[in-house]
Amino acid sequence: MSVAALDLTQIAPGFADPTIDSQAAFRRVMDAVARPGTIQDLSSAPEAPEGLDRAAGAIALTLFDFETPVWLDPTIRGGPIEDWIRFHCGCPLTQAPAEAAFAMIAEPLACPPLSAFNPGNAKYPDRSTTLVIQVAALVGGRSACLSGPGIKVRATIAPTGLQDGFWPQVQANNARFQLGVDLLFVAGGLLTALPRSTRVTIKGD
Amino acid sequence: MSSGSNTQGSNRTGRYYNYAYLDEQTKRMIRRTILKALAIPGYQVPFGSREMPVPYGWGTGGIQLTAAIIGPDDVYKCIDQGADDTTNAVSIRRFFAQVADVAVTEETAEATIIQTRHRIPEKPLKEGQILVFQVPQPEPLRGLEPRETETRAMHAYEEYGLQYVSLYESVSAYGYIANTVGYPTMIEERYLMSPSPIPKFDNPKLGDNEAILLFGAGREKRIYAVPPYTRVRSLDFEDYPFETQTWEENCALCGAEDSYLDEVILDDAGERMFVCSDSCFCAERRASGHVGTMGDHALAHLEGGPPAVASPVAEPA
Repeated sequence: MSVAALDLTQIAPGFADPTIDSQAAFRRVMDAVARPGTIQDLSSAPEAPEGLDRAAGAIALTLFDFETPVWLDPTIRGGPIEDWIRFHCGCPLTQAPAEAAFAMIAEPLACPPLSAFNPGNAKYPDRSTTLVIQVAALVGGRSACLSGPGIKVRATIAPTGLQDGFWPQVQANNARFQLGVDLLFVAGGLLTALPRSTRVTIKGD
Repeated sequence: MSSGSNTQGSNRTGRYYNYAYLDEQTKRMIRRTILKALAIPGYQVPFGSREMPVPYGWGTGGIQLTAAIIGPDDVYKCIDQGADDTTNAVSIRRFFAQVADVAVTEETAEATIIQTRHRIPEKPLKEGQILVFQVPQPEPLRGLEPRETETRAMHAYEEYGLQYVSLYESVSAYGYIANTVGYPTMIEERYLMSPSPIPKFDNPKLGDNEAILLFGAGREKRIYAVPPYTRVRSLDFEDYPFETQTWEENCALCGAEDSYLDEVILDDAGERMFVCSDSCFCAERRASGHVGTMGDHALAHLEGGPPAVASPVAEPA
């Protein structure tokens, strides 16, 4: 974490109207979490610094603030993305995944195991980490079948670029319900969610 | 996120409160709470409930939820015991029309956000709608165990035997499960949840609903949620299955046979009528030609303003 003052000329703007724009973005995020596997559109969000997708930036502008310790993955730590998030959100940054309310993962291949993040505790399962995982695309990868709350019969998602062994981690995360982390996948301006309540089956397993 | 036009921005000159009344940090806190509530269906998430311009017990939990999610494109409906035209519902609806620039409606199908006290509308909700419940006591076990530390542990370890004992005691005392409102539900076979004081008539609508159901308790500082298409089971026993209320009467105004009815006392001689508690449902049925046994009663002509009072109270001189 740099201690030097931010160079404000280098900070890209956030929402033009923070009140209305964050409300609109939140409704997309809420729909995504309420209906796991559906793809929500956040493409009208402002452009975030290079390396951070619009949807990920919109989530940060909408949900991060001084109450939420944020863990940034090492590939975006200490750069313009960190400066942008610090300036717009005023959130504390943490190096310990288990302390994070939110984790921003720009490079999913370098993502620590899901079990490294805070799963909450039995009495307060809400005190858990929400991971924002940036992938190249929300479709085209290995397809995962979803069922559970928010899903009428069955849904599928197929984000690309996830590490081997990622889906078993998601299954283990669901198996320890009520504990667990919640996942938001973003690609460009699009968003889909996988809360801990969603059961995942992989074809061929 | 169309926001370039700041002449009509969210906080134009002349608005003395932030858009939707709450400040942005409070909205973010409530929004984060809603997301966790949706991720853990039925679990009561603590939140930093704020002072609102109405007292606790008047719907502060529901108002805060609505304020955190509402935007200028929403169409807002507010009901109290099913009716759009009761004092509390009218006040809250005016509040959001004023602070959030939203269109308001009394029609269930038109609304994107429906805030409710003690009913679920008769007309099935659709995808894209959000039902916000005002909750006085979010803890279903509170009447059985007064200590929050204990009820929290009971939820944490799924210790719900006490609730079944309570239902059993009702059966042994009355011969049936006598609970009629706030009838306890099990969400996804994990969390015991109070459905808020809706009549048990409405319990079957909680499960597999297409809409998002959000519950807010302002005084008790809890938010919980039931996502769409979630399994909700009203507790019962194999030999004493869950049943909803039924009436021998039909709605006296619209003749509905399958809606939740309110009893209205008409005079001192014990004359009474039963009418739909859902005022929108009843009005739509009457508009499409359904008539009950007292279809010409003055109560049937309430749309468009208060009724012409037959014998007005004399004004003080």
